[in-house]
Amino acid sequence: MQSRSLRITAYTLCSAVGDGTAATLAALRERRSGLSKNDFGPSPIDTWIGRVPGLEEQPLPAEFANWDCRNNRLAWRGLATDGFIEAAREARDRYGADRVAVVMGTSTSSIGASEEAYTRLDPDGRYPADLRRPIIHTPHSLGDFVQHALGLTGMSVTVATACSSSAKVFAQAERLIRTGLADAAIVGGVDSLCGSVLFGFNSLELVSSEQCRPFDVERRGINLGEAAGFALLEKQAPGGAWLLGYGESNDAHHMSTPHPEGVGARLALNDALRRADLRPEDIDYINLHGTASQKNDEVEAKIVADLFPTATCASSTKGWTGHTLGAAGIVEAAISLIALEHQLLPGTLNLRVPDLACGPQIQRDNVERKARHALSFSFGFGGSNCVLVFGRDR
Amino acid sequence: MTLRVAIEGVSFWASRLPGWDIARAVILGEQAAPEAPSARPSPTLLAPTERRRAPDTVAVALEVAARACEAAGRKPSDLPSVFASTHGDLAISDYMCSTLATTPTLISPIKFHNSVHNAAAGYWSIGTGSLAPYTAISAYEYTFGAGLLEAATQAICEQRPVLYVAFDIESKGALASMAPSRGLLGAALVLTPVSKSEQQRGLILTTESVAECQPTEARSAAAPLVADNALAPCLPFFEILASSNPRTLSLALSRQTALNVQVN
Repeated sequence: MQSRSLRITAYTLCSAVGDGTAATLAALRERRSGLSKNDFGPSPIDTWIGRVPGLEEQPLPAEFANWDCRNNRLAWRGLATDGFIEAAREARDRYGADRVAVVMGTSTSSIGASEEAYTRLDPDGRYPADLRRPIIHTPHSLGDFVQHALGLTGMSVTVATACSSSAKVFAQAERLIRTGLADAAIVGGVDSLCGSVLFGFNSLELVSSEQCRPFDVERRGINLGEAAGFALLEKQAPGGAWLLGYGESNDAHHMSTPHPEGVGARLALNDALRRADLRPEDIDYINLHGTASQKNDEVEAKIVADLFPTATCASSTKGWTGHTLGAAGIVEAAISLIALEHQLLPGTLNLRVPDLACGPQIQRDNVERKARHALSFSFGFGGSNCVLVFGRDR
Repeated sequence: MTLRVAIEGVSFWASRLPGWDIARAVILGEQAAPEAPSARPSPTLLAPTERRRAPDTVAVALEVAARACEAAGRKPSDLPSVFASTHGDLAISDYMCSTLATTPTLISPIKFHNSVHNAAAGYWSIGTGSLAPYTAISAYEYTFGAGLLEAATQAICEQRPVLYVAFDIESKGALASMAPSRGLLGAALVLTPVSKSEQQRGLILTTESVAECQPTEARSAAAPLVADNALAPCLPFFEILASSNPRTLSLALSRQTALNVQVN
């Protein structure tokens, strides 16, 4: 069975640069970063973060109180943006509540709620009463919440493959639609700031004490961020951009370091182009993974320099949002869709002197030009890779 | 919509049912379960230094994954894989939460990178040298059915055999009250696309919208041995596989969506 192109009939994102596509586009145009000095938690490490403001004061509506936690609040904020929830409910009414699948990606889901519980255990070592809600202490917290929030009753799955999670959701959803198990799918991802990732990446010495500088010769590591993003995929629709293909692979190399030659990443890229029936020359823009870690950027820059013509524009947008981990796939898918819709190819914020590995494809400045096809790269811990192909038309 | 796949290989491992042959014999009432629980399987795919410190999730997942490939006569590195776990590594989650509550700057970098839900899948791909894609999913109490459907979907869409691995481990610390799970339980299948003429043991999967799912209940002597593991909803499926008769069972995919499985 050949994979088929799907229409993206609605999409949204919410990150440190703002809520929704218009706020994101404005921040991209104005080169306005969402990064700020880390002030998360009682003893913040010295780094910068992409923090979404206001979540602390925005509990979920009473009907969803059982799912209330930072990660699901961020999910709700995303759903409420750009009319996404209305589009999703309209799809539900059109296809049936059981025919719209939910495929969500996350890395840590709502582990922040479990972390908080451990700081407030009662004298018997039990959870505080307000956090005794099992659904927020398990990875599927996110997929379960989104399904309930949208009033859907069919399949709901949470994909957790670290930083490729919410890119791989497009592939899984395409398979569900192709085999007829669903008529449409809500895909997306949410990851929120929490101690696990801040102190965890710090322990791996991957966190930068300055604003992250993807592909810069003096880059010093990543900045963590939080974000939510969603897309509605349908077989047929009168309008919307296209998901033209996807490619998945893994490195079989190391749990937290990419393969030095990017063997897996290249496989995923070839698979994605094959499914989309496109060649590298057809690609106008690539949103790179570009975390600003030493290894990732070096490997990725080499792949782009080796395989793409100089006319292809490539960039990392982590300087705006930070690395949103399990949400990075959907955030950067949404930015790629914004780029195609508005013909604005974002450059790389905070890039001053490109690494020697960078070819001319990697852009520092924004470029305004005609663009039909965009790729989004997502590479994660455990060597999991995913490449998505989007088109303005087919 | 109906999905048809053939089963090429089956494996199973639980602390009191260490291996598919024993599990099948206990399910069929041919033998009693061993009195003492077995020590956890050793992930021999990993380098000797890594075996000892491998998390329980990795140990049990790699064991059943390797046995299913053996049973299927398939080279592990050829197979895309689907790894499904309700809660992931509960012991590492407990470690992360308790360390963060007391001495956050002392988080172990290895524990951190092992805390990702795809750690078992990652170690499997490294150990087997497989570049074929893997995924790692969770769907809470619906995890086993959701993973089975994803594996079948991949086999059919990509027209190639797929390894499906499901596992859950013992919960630790305060988290155990919210995510209860006892012992180790892992199970794996190699699924392959099928044409109607083939004679292999096959599955016919259909989804059904229902008022309230009523999944088939486990009924064998193996049931109480795994009932308190989070992956216990998988057992009815393996009870039916244990018998050579064609039967049908129902798994839950959500409160209102059933996955009906006809085992030929």
